[in-house]
Amino acid sequence: MTENTRIVENATCTFCGCVCDDMQLHVDLDEKRITKAKNACILGRAWFAEHTIEDAPAAMIDGKEVTIEEAIEEAAQTLVNAKFPITYGLSDTTCEAQRQAVAISDIIKGNIDTTTSVCHGPSGLAFQGVGESTSTLGEVKNRADLVIYWGGNPAESHPRHFGRYAVTPKGMFTPGGKKDRTVVLVDVRKTKSAPVSDIFIMPKPGKDFEVLWALRALVKGKKISDDIEETTGVPLETLEDLTDRMKNCRFGVLFFGMGLTMTRGRHFNSGALLALATDLNEFTHFVAKPVRGHGNVTGADNVVSWQTGYPFGVNFSRGYPRFNPGEFTTVDTLSNADADAALIIASDPASNFPKKAIDHLKNIPIITLDTKQTDTTKDAHVAFRTATYGINTTGTVYRMDDVPITLRPAFESPFPEDETILKGIRKRVQELMLAKHQARGGGGEAKVASTTPL
Amino acid sequence: MTEKMILIPGRSSKQGTSLNVGKLKEEYIEVTSTLEMNTDDMERLGLVDGDQVKLSNEIGETIVRCTGKKPEDLPAGTLFIPYGPPSSQLMASDTAGSGMPLSKHMEVEIEKVVS
Repeated sequence: MTENTRIVENATCTFCGCVCDDMQLHVDLDEKRITKAKNACILGRAWFAEHTIEDAPAAMIDGKEVTIEEAIEEAAQTLVNAKFPITYGLSDTTCEAQRQAVAISDIIKGNIDTTTSVCHGPSGLAFQGVGESTSTLGEVKNRADLVIYWGGNPAESHPRHFGRYAVTPKGMFTPGGKKDRTVVLVDVRKTKSAPVSDIFIMPKPGKDFEVLWALRALVKGKKISDDIEETTGVPLETLEDLTDRMKNCRFGVLFFGMGLTMTRGRHFNSGALLALATDLNEFTHFVAKPVRGHGNVTGADNVVSWQTGYPFGVNFSRGYPRFNPGEFTTVDTLSNADADAALIIASDPASNFPKKAIDHLKNIPIITLDTKQTDTTKDAHVAFRTATYGINTTGTVYRMDDVPITLRPAFESPFPEDETILKGIRKRVQELMLAKHQARGGGGEAKVASTTPL
Repeated sequence: MTEKMILIPGRSSKQGTSLNVGKLKEEYIEVTSTLEMNTDDMERLGLVDGDQVKLSNEIGETIVRCTGKKPEDLPAGTLFIPYGPPSSQLMASDTAGSGMPLSKHMEVEIEKVVS
């Protein structure tokens, strides 16, 4: 440890949706790196250790270093001159940056979508159709005596979910920790989460909806045929046992992952699970929570919702927000070749989108804001290298249970914050749109202004 | 020999740690190119750990290396791969009006790559 070391208490890890805010970070201020992250899981340790200051330009146009001002000008011109500009990503940046991105989309009459659309977007649709019996993770910790994980593998994707929130922590009404809880895991493969569970249920792939619907029937006292095992791979006695446990627990929780949303059935799978939680409230207290992936994907849902009225897949081309998943969601705007310019913030669709969507993305001008080089930044027309939220910048993020948390940065970055760049683009697109409006003989600023304050 | 199987892309710890190092770095590329496969299926197809296999469907194809998982952990006919550029090559773009492409439970054909 060098002399120029700083310790940051109660810092927040923004790698995954657990957003654990009990980190103790040891920071080498000379080297500008975090040397130790006490309390972090394996993913958090990698997050803190690997986000150092890389030797790279803060802004580039077509791979050539430029000033940030030049890059902002080019980004604004590109967006304003596009007929169908899209904004995408947002789950790994602060709420403050997210609101600027919404404002930009509003001003340029563009399209805004977040990584939610390829994550728990189907659950978002199911919430609108079925509703959500919800709680904070604090309530789970203090009260839950039956914890069911469905279609997820927290041991690898959210390692501290078990220890900090839902399985082993001792709570007000669960003083014995894990001894006071029954943990059930439902998944099509036996993952590293299985050893944590008391009961492991392995349905056939693609049969989650059938299992959930059978459980709903059993909860309501209906008879289920023995051949349910042939259909789903799960014996009737297993379903009956789980039904008894669900109806007779004090506080039950269904945590669900992308095993439901990314498979055939999508929002119907999530909806079936939410409906099961609702049904169970006739007998006991039961809640359902999606286990969210990126550090501030929940913030993205909240910010886009409170600014537009919809959580993702929003289009402003008519001057007011419209929501239409399947049309205004990014896989669709790209695969259908609608988008003709893309502002990608803290996301890498060129790496993980379907091939057809990636092929179109590579044919249109891309503007990126990212902390590292990715497949998407490699192809960017305008690329900004930005500071890492939570490590270099403060701001607000939402934990997966919609609890907002303020970030405590560890050390300064020479790169600008996402919010700063987006404010710059927002200011410039507003000027350019106003000039366009006036050139057409229009008057007043109101038609090209966003209500979001700069 | 070609067989039809179900491919489930998902997250893994190694994928999570290596993406922090960098998505263009060797470690991430290796993690997202490693396919987990039921050992009984591997034996039937004449595969051993580290062999290359071609995965293909009507969308595209990709070549990855396979590694064995016990039959009680990964059912016969089911494949797992950490998300990444190789799995994207096989993902259909149709979202059925939901915004979500079918990213898990993808039907693929698998065959050994003979070098």
